[in-house]
Formats: sequence, structure tokens, C-alpha cells
Amino acid sequence: MNALYSLVFVFILVLIPLFGVGAAHLNTIFGICLPMTAIGIFLVFSVVKIVRWGRSPVPFRIPTTAGQQLSYDPELFKQNKWDNPSNGIQTVIRMVLEVCAFRTLFRNTSTSLHETKNGPVVAFSSSKWLWGFALLFHYSFLIIVLRHLRLFLEPIPFFVHGLEFIDGILQIGAPVMYMSDVLIVVGLLFLLARRLADAKVRYISLVTDYFPLFLILSVALSGIWMRYYAKVDVMAIKELTMGLVTMHPHIPAGIDVSFYIHVFLVSILLMYFPFSKLMHMPGVFMSPTRNMPNDNRFHHHENPWNPDIKPLSYEAYEKDFGPAMAEAGLPLDNPDNAKAPEEA
Amino acid sequence: MHYGGKIIIGIVIFVGLLLSPFVFNVGKAYKQPELKLPANEKKCVESLEFMRTKHMQLLNEWRDWALRDGKRVYVNHEGKEFEISLQNTCMKCHKSKADFCDKCHNDAGVSPYCWDCHIQPEGLK
Repeated sequence: MNALYSLVFVFILVLIPLFGVGAAHLNTIFGICLPMTAIGIFLVFSVVKIVRWGRSPVPFRIPTTAGQQLSYDPELFKQNKWDNPSNGIQTVIRMVLEVCAFRTLFRNTSTSLHETKNGPVVAFSSSKWLWGFALLFHYSFLIIVLRHLRLFLEPIPFFVHGLEFIDGILQIGAPVMYMSDVLIVVGLLFLLARRLADAKVRYISLVTDYFPLFLILSVALSGIWMRYYAKVDVMAIKELTMGLVTMHPHIPAGIDVSFYIHVFLVSILLMYFPFSKLMHMPGVFMSPTRNMPNDNRFHHHENPWNPDIKPLSYEAYEKDFGPAMAEAGLPLDNPDNAKAPEEA
Repeated sequence: MHYGGKIIIGIVIFVGLLLSPFVFNVGKAYKQPELKLPANEKKCVESLEFMRTKHMQLLNEWRDWALRDGKRVYVNHEGKEFEISLQNTCMKCHKSKADFCDKCHNDAGVSPYCWDCHIQPEGLK
């Protein structure tokens, strides 16, 4: 049901610009006001959330040991530097691998029951599907976002030309098919099928899991529809998008409604982003189990929110409580402390 | 804020990347390129709107029809007949790749592979 609600909601979202631009001709609202508001909301609330995370207390380092830590004898027990880093550089490498290669997903395992003569046995096996399709989806999305820079920059930077060339190197059709367009849909459909097909994952999947998937799928499909089927006027669109980034907003004539649907869905994605699970984008950099070296054994850890407590020597203690100790008959190192300090 | 310095650097990079298109375009204005239209011909193979958005589809179909099916005559929506040929039909009026094709293709960041086989009308440099 959660999946169905999300799907219906995305359908409703598509209808809004379809009628808003197609019937009511609110081009300025859907082409200028909404995208600019969406960028503002995305920026401000993302930063607010990151700062709020940054202000929360940092605990004692959590050494998630996916490998051998630096031991007393590194010759005998070789340290696994990238899984169990002991200094800053090794931690940076662990973070780069995590962010760029999703190593945590690589360790995903699947659990199954096997019937044997002596009853059922639990078996664990490596499961790389999630890792593979997650990589496919995220990198396709990255390439697609970078390719879109052609609409926001003039002159167009060289790497955008390079991406366009490599992405369309199969030279299928005109305009050429981009591989990333196909692969992002394949990746998204797998991530969706995984939630729907596996009963265990389906049980824990919420509307907030399905909705981003359907929303990004709708963004991708509306973009594909625009490029390969509706065939929109790219030069008019560039005039509009350049108008946004040069702060001279202007709506050129002759832009197909499919463009406004695409922009509306992207705006919804941007506005939804800071309040959703999609904040794993900045969040991955702040994973406490990944971004701190395992150096608890050779660095003194000062709890950062401790009050400033000065050490108290026994001499000072005896001075403070001398009269009471003398009264109770306790021995004193310095007999002078038995007398009450003179009143000023 | 613990590790505040690193977090603030991260935020600055994030915001900077997102706003970079705005920064690069400060004070600029963008206009669609003006095309050099043929002097002695007012009507293209199809309507202006069709050519603006779907010329690549037409050219792709022409390539298939001419070279794979051997079909050399195209009948447009008004019933007028044209020879299916980039060099002899399109380039008869649009005499320069640099003054016509490249104008929009450069701004749109696309490089069609027409010229892998064809020679541009102004000749090779």
C-alpha cells in the first residue's frame, strides 16, 4: 500500500503542471518562481540541517572494526589500513572509498535457511546486487546532473562536452541516446523491485522510501520523454535556464509542456530533499563510524562536553575539611588544618 | 560545534558548487544565437517549428531511407517533393556549417556526427 500511495501521489504531482501550464498558462510560476524557490529551500534547509548535525555532541570514537586494527606487533598482525585506520590520511582513504565506491553496501550479505539432515541451518552469503545497482543509479544521476550544466553555463566547460560525447558514444538515434538515461532507469527499477519483491524489505519500507524512488523515476522519465519523444526546443529552454542563472528571468515562447512537468518534478525533489532520507548525501560525510580513526588506544580522549573540573590534591582536600575531620577523630597529615580558617 | 572547521569547509564547497552557475554568470545576459538564414528561400522542408525541434529526427530518417532503403524522395506535410540528400537539398540553401548548424549546436553543447562522413559545405580547413 505504501508503494501505491507514493505512486498515486507522484501521478497527482505530474497533473499539477500539466494543467497549470497546459490549461491555465501559469508559465511564469512553473518556469521561474517555483524553480528559484526550490533552489532556495534546498540550499537553506540543507545547510541548517548540516549545522544542526554538526552541533550535536561527538561521542567517544566508535571503532567499527571491519579489519585488524594497528596492533602491538604490526609484523605479526598486519593492520588493515583502509578498514581500520589509525591516522587521518587512512581515514580520508576510508571515507573516499565509502563515498565513491559504497564499500558498506559491498559487504551486504543475504541470510537463508537450508534444510539438512539435522534440521535447518542458517547460511550467510555475499549479496552484491544492491551495491551494483546503487552504484549504477548514483553515478548515472551524477553524470546526468553534470550534463545539465550545458543549460546553465555559456561557454560550456570542456568536461560537459566530454561527458556528452562518452555518454552518447553508442550513437543510437538522433538525438543520440545517452547511456546514463537508460542506466538510471534500470538502477531505479531494481531499487524499487528490491523493496517490492523481498518480503523482509517490503515489511520495513515506508512511504518515505517509495516516494523518493517514484519521484526520481518520474524526473528521469519526464526528461527522457522530453528529449526522445516530445522533442522540445532546446535553444528556447537554454534561454529560460540562462535567464534563471543570470538573474534576468524570462519565459521564451514555444516551450513544450513536458519541460514544465520535468522542471516541476525537479523542483519538488529539491524542496523535499532537505527533509527526507535523501539527506544521506551530506550525511554520509558525517557517519561517526566511518569518519574517525581508530586511535583510542594511543590518544587520550577528552569528552568534549565535560565541565572543566580542576584536579584536587589531598593537601587541598584536608585544608577544606580539616576541622570536620579533626572533630570526627580522623588523622590529619598537617595538624594546622584542624583549626577552622580564621574568619575574615 | 565539534570538528566545526571541517564541517564549515564542507558546507562552503557544497554551497559553492551549487551556486557556481550563478557566480559564473554574474552580469552576463544570454540571447539565443541568430542564424544566417538563406537569402533566396523562405520555406524549409518542413515548418519552422518542426525544423527547430525535430530536424535531427528528420535527418536521421533521411539517412536511413537514402542509404539503407534506397528511397530518395521525401514528401513533406504540404505534399511537396524533395530529394533526400544532406549535401544537395539541405546545404543548397544553408551554405555554411559554421554560420548555421554550429550556432545552436555549440550553445546546446551537442556535436552531431553528420560530419564524420559528410564534408561541410565551406570545405575542410
